[in-house]
Amino acid sequence: MATTPVQEATRLHAIFESCREITQDVEFSAAKQWLAEHPGRKAIGCFPIYCPVELIHACRMLPLGIIGAGNQIEITYADSRFQSFVCSIVKSTLELGFTKRLEFVEGMLFHNICDPARNLASVFIRNFPGMFVDYIHFPQNFASPLGMQYLQKEYRRILDALQERSGYKPTAEDLNRSIQLYNRIRAALRELYRLRSEKPHLISAAEQFLLTRAGTLMSPEKNVEMLEEVLAALPTRATRPKDRIRVVLEGSFCELPPVALIETIEEAGCYILDDDFLRGWRWFTQEVPIEANPLHALAESYSERAYYSGSKHDSREVKAAHLIKMAQDQKADAVVIMAAKFCEPALFDYALYRKALDDAKIPHLLLEFEEKTWIFDRARSEAETFVESLLFD
Amino acid sequence: MAQPAPKSDYQGKLHNLQKDMIGRYYDSLTAASEGRGKKAVYMMVSGNPVELIQAFDMLPVYPEVNALQLAVKKQSLPHILAAEEMGYSTDNCAYVKADVGMYFAGRKTPFATIPEPDLILCNYVGCNVYLQWFEHLAEFSKKPIYNLDVPFSRNMVSDEPSDDDVSYVVKQLEELIEICERMTGKSLDFKKLQRITELSGETGHLWSEIKKLTRERPAPFDAYFDSVMMMAPLYCLRGTEDGLWFFQEAYKEMKKRAEMREGPLPEEKFRIVIEGPPPWPYLRQFRDMFSRWGAVAIASTYSTVGGIWEFGFQHDPLRPIESMAKHMLQFNLCNRNFLQRYQQIKDYIDQWGADALVIHSVKSCRLFSAGQGDMREYFTKQLGVPTLLVESDIEDPRYFAEAQIRNRVDAFFESLEHQRMLVKK
Ligand code: SF4
Ligand code: SF4
Repeated sequence: MATTPVQEATRLHAIFESCREITQDVEFSAAKQWLAEHPGRKAIGCFPIYCPVELIHACRMLPLGIIGAGNQIEITYADSRFQSFVCSIVKSTLELGFTKRLEFVEGMLFHNICDPARNLASVFIRNFPGMFVDYIHFPQNFASPLGMQYLQKEYRRILDALQERSGYKPTAEDLNRSIQLYNRIRAALRELYRLRSEKPHLISAAEQFLLTRAGTLMSPEKNVEMLEEVLAALPTRATRPKDRIRVVLEGSFCELPPVALIETIEEAGCYILDDDFLRGWRWFTQEVPIEANPLHALAESYSERAYYSGSKHDSREVKAAHLIKMAQDQKADAVVIMAAKFCEPALFDYALYRKALDDAKIPHLLLEFEEKTWIFDRARSEAETFVESLLFD
Repeated sequence: MAQPAPKSDYQGKLHNLQKDMIGRYYDSLTAASEGRGKKAVYMMVSGNPVELIQAFDMLPVYPEVNALQLAVKKQSLPHILAAEEMGYSTDNCAYVKADVGMYFAGRKTPFATIPEPDLILCNYVGCNVYLQWFEHLAEFSKKPIYNLDVPFSRNMVSDEPSDDDVSYVVKQLEELIEICERMTGKSLDFKKLQRITELSGETGHLWSEIKKLTRERPAPFDAYFDSVMMMAPLYCLRGTEDGLWFFQEAYKEMKKRAEMREGPLPEEKFRIVIEGPPPWPYLRQFRDMFSRWGAVAIASTYSTVGGIWEFGFQHDPLRPIESMAKHMLQFNLCNRNFLQRYQQIKDYIDQWGADALVIHSVKSCRLFSAGQGDMREYFTKQLGVPTLLVESDIEDPRYFAEAQIRNRVDAFFESLEHQRMLVKK
């Protein structure tokens, strides 16, 4: 039976609201429910930015985005471990551990994005001795083929460790099935981004953020269903275009901005046509190929077909050129750099971006945020002033 | 009770030797900047393949050393401010900001004119800021960059890198050799590399013997404040005859002092381990805060950023490339994880005999500092070692709150003294 537009609108609304609930749930009920329904299976937490989730999934475990606690918990213990000049996500993730909210996960994977996240991995090991914690070294030399070859070996090491924890040794077919599943998720997300950039009134950046984030907290099987349902319903969604400036957003690749902040920027008069929210969960610009050696496919995709990011230093190309291309591809009027407070990689990138954007004569706005903020008056007025300056220039 | 801080200029001879040699090194930088010298290779201080660079007669340039010199000479702030004007954040590592500011100010410093790089060799050894720092310099200078990727020590139990890790670094070093050959038009002289590696090995060995002397009571020198004086020759001159000579002299001098039971202070009352980099712009003031309590550092983690030799590592002339790889992977503080640093400090406390741990937490360097609250927790709660944590910065003078730090230091040693009296009674 065909659904009416009204039914579809209600359904979409229900999906977004359930995503909102999932993303704010620091008890991880959705994941716990999956574990209850799948006795004997385990979950592995992935600290941002990128994690080879396929390896976890192929071991029959559930990859979970453990990406801080937003504005949902008070930091009581972690403040004494990490100083005031360290970003919030490091502390809130540790606080999740101290408040026993991560006891249900079998382990955590970290990697070399920045120095605080690196030290956090060690602090986890010391404070949660029962937990499996590993640290992935993503190569930073892709000018040479050695980097990619090394990553393949690193994946082998991680896979060995994971299969030991899960008790299941995946075959190449298992790995390829997982790659295919995540390819579908990433393709759906890419399609959503494409649709949004074409018709930004159909889905807002905040809504899409909710979808992506909630997807990291549920099983990929459920996630893909949800995304495909949204994709099917969106084209007929009855929303009208608004008079807004077109922007692309960069800098929020790790600590997550509060959804209300994204909404605030949109309400201030911006269509956010592209962004790097949760970039690590939609890391590849194309499908990961299905090959006899899936670890090679994953490593090669990382080195040849992954998005640029503050955590990846690829001397083959100038990072700012990507940002400028993104802005030009989207015919954006401006760029918003939204960096987490104290986030050293994002703030370093900004110094280069600023110069490149100035040279390219692309207007830009820097906003700093913290995941734990509730009030966005200042961001609102900065964004409004920025929009006005562009509209009436 | 605290005493007025005694003046500690006892090692005048060594100090002059150091000044002389480093002065010559800086002259070679100026010469290169004027086109009369060697090809300049920018590199990081932590585990690096300087032996290879020396073998090709190229000149190692260390932006970190330049940044610290600027801070010591109280020249860092204007450059930091200029970088912040360009868009760098107050929360970015100030070493980078001072260096970038200086770069755009024509690379002129009171100690040298820094040459433009011919090659930017980012030896990515632990610190993630390195990658960004050199990425930026490459963009500004438009000079070639090679990221020498060194896998981090993620084996949390032992510190042995895997065979894959070693061979990955070795193969990259082989690529680097090709790059140097192209740049210089010379092929690698392996015998020469062996000789340089031998010099490095002997230098490292002497340095480790010097460091072991602070196990004596009193320690013949301060392993934090005096060690930093010996670090410049270790980095800038390692692999040269000059560098080796400096450490031969230093060893003789320190050994003699140990035998004569001379220490840096009239009386060694407390033996401490200091963790974290020094506040370069206020080194003297910081030192005095400890001297007035008779506190001497008998070991420090900062003196191992560019290499850890005191636990048995030595460059091997028979296997020069492999030993450079080992140095980068395993035997320097920067590439070791936090738990390995806890173990290193614990070894100092146990084997060198310390009464307390002082953590100097610097905002700029999150490699060092992020999570030091956990470190304090481990040493006080789990090991029962009295631990003090004070905060300032390695480069940015705006973060040094002198009175506040002194109060904390005073309160800490007062309480240590008090506890001692209670035990004696
Ligand atoms: S928000 Fe930035 S500084 Fe913090 S953990 Fe993430 S990348 Fe590192
Ligand atoms: S963060 Fe620390 S190690 Fe890294 S460049 Fe800055 S001062 Fe050096």
